[in-house]
Amino acid sequence: MEISLTVNGEPVTRDVEARLLLVHLLRDELGLTGTHWGCDTSNCGTCVVLYDDEPVKSCTVLAAMASGHDVRTVESLEWEGELDPVQQGFMECHGLQCGFCTSGMLMTARALLDRDPDPSEATIREAISGQICRCTGYASIVRSVQWAAAHPEGKRS
Amino acid sequence: MSTFVDNDQRPLGHGRMLRKEDRRFVRGRGTYVDDISLPGMLHLAVLRSPVAHARIVGVDTLAAEAHPKVKAVVTGAMLAERGLAWMPTLSGDVQAVLATDKVRFQGQEVAFVVAEDRYAARDALELIDVEYDVLEPVVDVRRALDDDAPLIRDDLEGKRDNHCFDWETGDPAATAAVFDRAEVVVRQELVFPRVHPAPMETCGAVADYDRVEERLTLWATTQAPHAHRTLLSMFAGLPEHRIRVVSPDIGGGFGNKVPIYPGYVHAIVGSMLTGRPVKWTEDRTENLVASGFARDYVMQGEIAATRDGRILGLRSHVLADHGAFNGTAAPRKFPGGFFGVFTGSYDLEAAYCSMTAVHTNKAPGGVAYACSFRIAEAVYLVERMVDLLAAELGRDPVSLRMQNFIRPEQFPYTSRTGWVYDSGDYPRAMAEALRIAGYDELRAEQAERRSRGELMGIGVSFFTEAVGAGPRKDMDMLGLGMADGCELRVHPTGSAVIRLAVQTQGQGHETTFAQLVAEELGIRPDDVDVVHGDTDNTPYGLGTYGSRSTPVSGAAAVLAARRVRDKARLIAAGMLEVAPEDLEWTKDDSGGRFDVRGVPDTGVTIQQIAMRAHGAGDLPAGVEGGLDAQISYNPDNLTYPFGAYICVVDVDPGTAVVKVRRFIAVDDCGTRINEMIVEGQIHGGLADGIGMALMEFIGFDEHGNCLGGSLMDYLIPTALEVPDWECGTTVTPSPHHPIGAKGVGESATVGSPPAVVNAVVDALALYGVRHADMPLTPSRVWEAMQGRAAPPF
Repeated sequence: MEISLTVNGEPVTRDVEARLLLVHLLRDELGLTGTHWGCDTSNCGTCVVLYDDEPVKSCTVLAAMASGHDVRTVESLEWEGELDPVQQGFMECHGLQCGFCTSGMLMTARALLDRDPDPSEATIREAISGQICRCTGYASIVRSVQWAAAHPEGKRS
Repeated sequence: MSTFVDNDQRPLGHGRMLRKEDRRFVRGRGTYVDDISLPGMLHLAVLRSPVAHARIVGVDTLAAEAHPKVKAVVTGAMLAERGLAWMPTLSGDVQAVLATDKVRFQGQEVAFVVAEDRYAARDALELIDVEYDVLEPVVDVRRALDDDAPLIRDDLEGKRDNHCFDWETGDPAATAAVFDRAEVVVRQELVFPRVHPAPMETCGAVADYDRVEERLTLWATTQAPHAHRTLLSMFAGLPEHRIRVVSPDIGGGFGNKVPIYPGYVHAIVGSMLTGRPVKWTEDRTENLVASGFARDYVMQGEIAATRDGRILGLRSHVLADHGAFNGTAAPRKFPGGFFGVFTGSYDLEAAYCSMTAVHTNKAPGGVAYACSFRIAEAVYLVERMVDLLAAELGRDPVSLRMQNFIRPEQFPYTSRTGWVYDSGDYPRAMAEALRIAGYDELRAEQAERRSRGELMGIGVSFFTEAVGAGPRKDMDMLGLGMADGCELRVHPTGSAVIRLAVQTQGQGHETTFAQLVAEELGIRPDDVDVVHGDTDNTPYGLGTYGSRSTPVSGAAAVLAARRVRDKARLIAAGMLEVAPEDLEWTKDDSGGRFDVRGVPDTGVTIQQIAMRAHGAGDLPAGVEGGLDAQISYNPDNLTYPFGAYICVVDVDPGTAVVKVRRFIAVDDCGTRINEMIVEGQIHGGLADGIGMALMEFIGFDEHGNCLGGSLMDYLIPTALEVPDWECGTTVTPSPHHPIGAKGVGESATVGSPPAVVNAVVDALALYGVRHADMPLTPSRVWEAMQGRAAPPF
């Protein structure tokens, strides 16, 4: 079936199997391998992307469902050579180790800060509680999001 | 002249140089195995056994072969014709690449399909018809050696039972003697259940076999690319120089990516058969059900002491569940791993441990999940037993530990089981943890809450690790010594590349090793490139696990850099026309240089020396051009990191839910290279420990069905289940490591589970609970509160 959607601001039209998952459309068809895959049960959150500005698990969205919608992946965060504050925050505060959960964490953090520019620690923990990180023990991820909240213009602020 | 611009460029120790590898990860530009896509690449899927124990009557692949997108269907019988149906494990056992005669655990590999895309490969699995003659499985480890237990390993000539191995350490007679005269003896069975490392990236491989060049390139999720190359060569009969193993970015390892899995071999065979690159990526269920588990020890603990709290002896018998095949990764002389350090941090008179390992109808593996070769189990045993003794004697668990610690002046300390602890100051670390925790205030708060019926618990643990395997005289894996090679080249302009035998899975090697070289050569960390994870481009070594990168390869990097500096001194002497011994090495924020002794700022910089080493002009007699060094580092001894942990929990008396309120961790891993990275390693391990203590569990039903086969069933802590961590530091350098570093990757995973369990048991003291086995889920805590604590089977 033919689908048309917007991915990172670019229009995309593809003929796909009806059962194709969004995560596989992004990774295998469009080569956007920054979005990862870690489970089949919506538990791990390594596949989180923004879907009309809301974080969703792209392993649980059919590519066909995304037709007509706006999808943003980690590859969209850097803008004209400037890192998004959440990207800078994760570097500044050691919010990642192996990097595998990082893309999903960054997208969730971006969505959180878009609706709540100054979240509490409890709010941040709640926001990322649908995602698993095996490396960091989460405290540094919380601090990374707090850094981004404190530096809305990134490293320049 | 390059200068250190800010804190970000401090080579070593101070501050927190940010990680070089993060630049690609925050942009989604890491390259993990499943991100690799080659022209013409095919996809592989594995058909797995739905039952734990069965004879294979027949495998019908005709319908799968007829699928229009299928390129190959392979069964065990086909592999057997090529002599590839069985492969060696890291413990010298064999494991089926594809089952031929029987399946021996649920999830075992039975056949594989190679097809044009992921979805078609999965579709074709549905078309394979396997007829099983189901056999009674062995699930309960305690019944594996019963006379009427079904025989699992009838593939082994003359095998009559499910016995795997026996092992012992210590002095049984001396230990019996101290138990005979002890005033107090406490006994407890402790179960450390089967858990799983479950890295966020599952295992996978891309195999590309070039039939013309007869050359294999294997991208694989491996923590030990060189060892994998050698073993693949020995097993598959390919010349080792025609195999290249590449371990690209790895999405977490935790020991799960040490073994060679059948799936890697499937991908290789698939590529050989089709002449095209083949990708295999396991799904999460395959990862949890069939890849390397951890722990699974049933431990009988006994501790003997005097009435006034002097610990005299420790004794244990361990029943170890190794699953269907012995796939444990441990040095050959240590089938029980380093469990022999189970005397922990205490100076006692005698100790003895005996171990019986058995086969069951469960997945093979073992020694994964950041355990430093079974030290997680050993620390859990001793730290629970000391707490049980404290309860028996009515003593505070801290004061009992302080009374029995190995004293600082006793190092180097030879334990009763023969381990030579390199350095330590245990009372100092314990005191620091008490200070951060506000221990006395916590106990006062606990007493006050108890008077109101609230269940607050304070748990203490003190661990000693043994990491950095290991000295060649004692340690090898399948005959491969555990030394690490390292190669350092300094370019004419003074920047450098270091090539390592170890492979990062998130530990930040590209930063840490650059800092080590930068510190030794007086150049900027950004001017040092780190190459790793590619057997064609790095010297030989056994990989990253058991917290060995810093103690082994870290030492190699430092010694290679010092060898380069020694040569630089000779070249500088020629440039300055003085004797080498008249030169003085100095290093400040502008970099490293050799000056003529007593005449500062008259010398040459490391960059000038590098240019001379590669450039025109004479070098001193006997000095070759270039500024390189290559070494293989064989450690004198293991290193022994240690730490003091305190956990504070609240248990809801109505729901039995355990909430970890605080966690204090004081770690001493000797000299720290990058404070930020060290602390990150500790944070991750603490979350692991809370996971194991409270929720992680690979259980089985009576038919051998795995009950932890998805992340809905195998629970891993999220940000809501863990507190903010309160970390502290003491520094007791290792005397035999060139910069005194000890390694830290697994410290917190090893040290934290007993702290959590000790805290929960402490909270439940009002209910008369003296022990409950992990995982302390609400239902298990509730049962313990009702006096019905039972081991987790």
